Formats: sequence, C-alpha cells, structure tokens
Amino acid sequence: MSRADILKEVTDIFIDVLDNEDIVLNDETQAKDVDDWDSLNHIQLVVAIEKHFKIRFTSKEIQSWNNVGEMLNCIQEKGI
Amino acid sequence: MKTFQQLKKNLKNDFAGLQKVKVAVLGDTATQFLTQAIRGLGFDKGFDLHIWEADFNQVEQQIADSASDLYEFKPEIVLIFQSSHKLLSKYNKLKPEACSSLASNEIDSIAFMTDNLNSQLEAKIIYYNYTEIDDSVFGNYALKTESSFLFQLRKLNFELMPFAANNANFYLCDLSTIQNQIGKFNFFQSSIYVNTEMVLSLDVLPLVASRTLDIIASLHGNFKKCVILDLDNTTWGGIIGDDGMENIQIGSLGIGKAFSEFQYWIKKLKNRGIIIAVCSKNTESVAKEPFEKHPDMVLRLEDISVFVANWENKADNIRHIQSILNIGFDSMVFLDDNPFERNIVRENIPGITVPELPEDPAEYLEYLYTLNLFETVSFSGEDAERTKMYQIEAQRARVQQKFTNEDDFLKSLDMVSLVEPFNKFNNPRVAQLSQRSNQFNLRTVRYTDADIEKISLSKDYFTFTFTLTDKYGDNGLICVIILKQENEQTLFIDTWFMSCRVLKRGMKNFVLNTIVAFGLEHNFETLKGEYLPTAKNEMVADHYQNLGFEKTNDFWIMNLKQYTTKKTYISKK
Repeated sequence: MSRADILKEVTDIFIDVLDNEDIVLNDETQAKDVDDWDSLNHIQLVVAIEKHFKIRFTSKEIQSWNNVGEMLNCIQEKGI
Repeated sequence: MKTFQQLKKNLKNDFAGLQKVKVAVLGDTATQFLTQAIRGLGFDKGFDLHIWEADFNQVEQQIADSASDLYEFKPEIVLIFQSSHKLLSKYNKLKPEACSSLASNEIDSIAFMTDNLNSQLEAKIIYYNYTEIDDSVFGNYALKTESSFLFQLRKLNFELMPFAANNANFYLCDLSTIQNQIGKFNFFQSSIYVNTEMVLSLDVLPLVASRTLDIIASLHGNFKKCVILDLDNTTWGGIIGDDGMENIQIGSLGIGKAFSEFQYWIKKLKNRGIIIAVCSKNTESVAKEPFEKHPDMVLRLEDISVFVANWENKADNIRHIQSILNIGFDSMVFLDDNPFERNIVRENIPGITVPELPEDPAEYLEYLYTLNLFETVSFSGEDAERTKMYQIEAQRARVQQKFTNEDDFLKSLDMVSLVEPFNKFNNPRVAQLSQRSNQFNLRTVRYTDADIEKISLSKDYFTFTFTLTDKYGDNGLICVIILKQENEQTLFIDTWFMSCRVLKRGMKNFVLNTIVAFGLEHNFETLKGEYLPTAKNEMVADHYQNLGFEKTNDFWIMNLKQYTTKKTYISKK
C-alpha cells in the first residue's frame, strides 16, 4: 500500500476514534497538535490501527513514535 | 454488542429522564475506559450513572478513611476492581513461607473493606473476581501445591463465593467467566498493560460493562422472569407437523443431542423460577404430543406455564401470554430459530429480548451462555415453588377466558376435595394455617400444634380438613373446620378458616354441605356460627348471612332440617 493511502486510512481512524471530522494529519503531526490525542486515547488509536491493518505493535513501538510519520514507518515495516 | 468506540459515543447523548444511580469505581489498575464503557452502556439500558472514580490504586485508602471523597460522594453502588495482575505482583514480593496465605489474607482484607463500607454507606458492593493467570512455575503440579500462585488465585476465587453468600450487600461480578468465554488473548493485551496499567483489552470492555450493568439493573428490579419458546427447530429438530413425532430430532436421533441439552437448560431455568411459555405455529394437539409422549423429551407439559400453539401471528400470541402472566414485556425472552418470526416479534413488542440465535442449533447454548440473560440478585427455594403456583394460576386464567359463564369454568376444573379429621399427618399444616390465616377466618382463634392435638383427641370436638385439587394441580390443605358440641342439639362452629388461594371456587358451599351432612347424620338440629371482627377479616363479615344463617343475638343459626344442599362443582374424594 502506498504511504499516501496508509496516511489516508490512518487519518480516517483518527477521525472516527476522536470523533472529530476536522483532523488532518501529515508526517510532522504530533500529539499536541490534535485535540484529545492524550495518552488514553492513544491506546484506542493504536488498537484501532492494529485492527484495521491486522498488525500488532510491540510495547516499545507504541511508546517510540514522536510524530505521525514515525508511526507510518512502523506500519510500513510490518509489510503494509 | 456495541464496541467500546460506540459506547464512548453514547456519552455525548442526552441522559435526561433516565434513572439516576450513583456509582463509585475503585480500582488497583487504570479504570477510566471501564468507567466510560459502563456509563455508555448504562445509557442503552436506561440508566444515567453518575460515576465517581477514585484515583488510581486508592482502593484501600478511600475505604479506610471515613472522611474520604468516596464517603462524601455517597454512592449507591461501589464497584471494586482488583486485578489478577496486581495480585500476582503482591504474590511475587512475598517470602516463600507466606505464599500459602495469600488467598486468606486477601479475603480478610476484602472482609475488612466490606465491613467499613457497610458501616458508612447504604451501598451495594460489586466486586470483580479474578481472571486466571498461570505463572507456570510449578507446571501442573501447581494444583497440588498450596503455595503456587494458581492455587492461591483459584482458592481466592472460591472463597469469595461463600463470602458473598454470607454478606447480603456484597455481589460478585464474574470476570473470570468472561475470560473463559473469550480467551485470555482477547481479554488482555500485554502491550497495553505495559504502557498504561490497563488490564482489560478494548474488545472486552463492552462485555465487562455489560456484566456489571446486569447486576446494577437487577438490583433495580430489571430482570427476566419468563422465556417463551418456539418449538420446531428451536426446542426439537425438525417440523412436528411434517415429520411426525417419531422423526423429530431429540435424544440420539440426528442432531438431537443439541436440542436435548437445550431443553435441560430450559428445565434448569424453570427450576430456578423462570416461567416457561410456548408460542408455536402448529395445531395445538400436534404440538403437545411430544411433551406428553416422546420418551426423550426433557420438557413436559407440567414445565410450561402457558402453551400457545395456533396459526395466529406470534406478536399477538405473545401479547396474549403477557396478559395471562401479567408481567412486563421487558422481562420476557423470546427464543425462535426463524429470523422472520424474530423480526415480527421484535418490531411489534417493545422491550422484549429476542436473541439472534445462530443458524446451527449446536451453537444455541454456547451463544445463549454469553448473553447472561437471566441475571438475578436473589434466589430462595421458594422461587421454584412459587413458579409452580404461578403456572397453575396461569393455566386456570387461560381456561377461564374461554368460558363466558363461571359455572362452566368451575365445572371444567374437575375439582376434588379430600375431607379428613385432624391426624398426625395434617396437624402441623393445620396449626400453621391457624397461625397465618387472617382474612378468611371467622373467629381468628389461634391454635398451636399442642392445642390442635388436644382438640383432635377430645370427644367434644369434631374436626375437618379440606384439600382442593383440580386438573391443574394440588392446592394442598386449604380449609379447616372445628365444630364443638354445645349440647345434644347444637354444634358450634368454633373455627372456620380458609386459604385465600382458593376463593371463588365454590369451596364455601362444599364445606357447608359437608358439615350439615355430618350434623344430620349425628342427629344434631342446629349449626351455630359466630363472626368476630378483626382488622383483617372484613371479607367474611357477611359470610353466615350469605350462606343462609339467621341472626339470633350475636350468633348465626342454621336449622339443619331446613337446609337445602348448595350448588358446588367440587366432588368428595
């Protein structure tokens, strides 16, 4: 899947989980840039992404991302 | 079932008008999601749960401190969630010689918390039991080793049950069963636990919330009282009208095992006090035949309170069943293999629960187990007994509807009464009724066991007990008469009391016929009655007048020679 497609699908997941139609993500987006992206909701996002792409992140990976780009890298590394 | 994400969206709904309940949540792991799931699901179940959540890992402190926020909040329900993972951490830090007392120490601590809560609050406590973790240190030998973690965890889960049984305000929420149903890999996600201190996966949250709400709803009087069964391909395999009784699948025929096990489940529900009704599109006699004659049927006609088999639509039939049982639609569950019938019922009967039974009957039970439909917060032996009475009453009511005239109805009941003097078998019941009868009791003289025995041996007294059985069942001993010989001519009715269960059945007439006949046989001339008013027996103020006695001073007199036998549909056994 192309990186742009992955970004689009991840954005849709963010919109659904955080219940906010206005979310626009790019590689540089960080948690502080998105309303309600706190540590608790982060878990919900992670689980939703895992389910959607049928992948599992390790505990370390979940903590490691500094921005959306790093998260996308991680998804791509899992063969998506 | 809704996902956690959907339950979370419920939080934005308008909760106005829903039933408010104050709930405190105390957990030793992160409980924010659980709280959200419970409040969200509460919306769907008609509750506006006001939830106060203790700070993380503050369970014991909040409960021990009488000035804590918990007590200030004054919850009606206290949820306590102590996880197996924290239990394991505790165990890991114990010295080896202390490992064997983990469970009993925990029970002591739970008892201490319960006492504290009970002394400060009028709240119900809901405690989650422990999901199993096998740390595999002893292998299978853990089960023979008291100091192993698994031994202690299972012991704790077990000990919680007698503890709950002995503490009326303390309820267990069976988290362990949820993990058994969906598996540990679905219940718990290690990466989330490590990152957040949450032990419940997002997928399991709705199930845990649901199981919790079941208890809360039950505590507020919302629970199921009745299950309505379809027959063909639900209660047995095949179509009775086409296949014939010999060919329906039950017992060892075809996939009969699935249906037999299903029927055993229904039977257990019935024994627990759930009312069983049948609603089937069939000719009644054909539908009833297996219940009467099939050797492998587990359910029999006596298990069914209301049996409706006809070709009308099922929504109307269920309304009919409801009118007989007189319970709410929301307390009914309808089980039918046919999606079309399920939809008709679901669309036309608001509130009724209609599970989406799986296509394969082999899966019915496993699916139904997961729904936890029959939550309750009480059980006594009487429940089963009460259902029996209920069934009999329901059957009578059903027949009464068919009769426009009461005589025809009474005639149809085939009532039989056994009349006996007091004896050692019926003395206890006579004494019990003498203590309990308030309404239909002419003089309300209370007799103990010893009194009853004395009377039964005395030559001055004549005693009568009456039972009443009809074609629906046995009401047992329901009426007592004690006649006292005042002189050679007169019999005084010292005692006449009757159970209110059998009012309007013509019992009065039958009893009077019996004692008048007795009087004539023994050459008495008059029967003398007396009504002594109490706060509760106004019902029988005109009893003797209605039966044709003449008032003389404070007594009621009947001349036996002028008595004409009264109409009754009860025959003497």
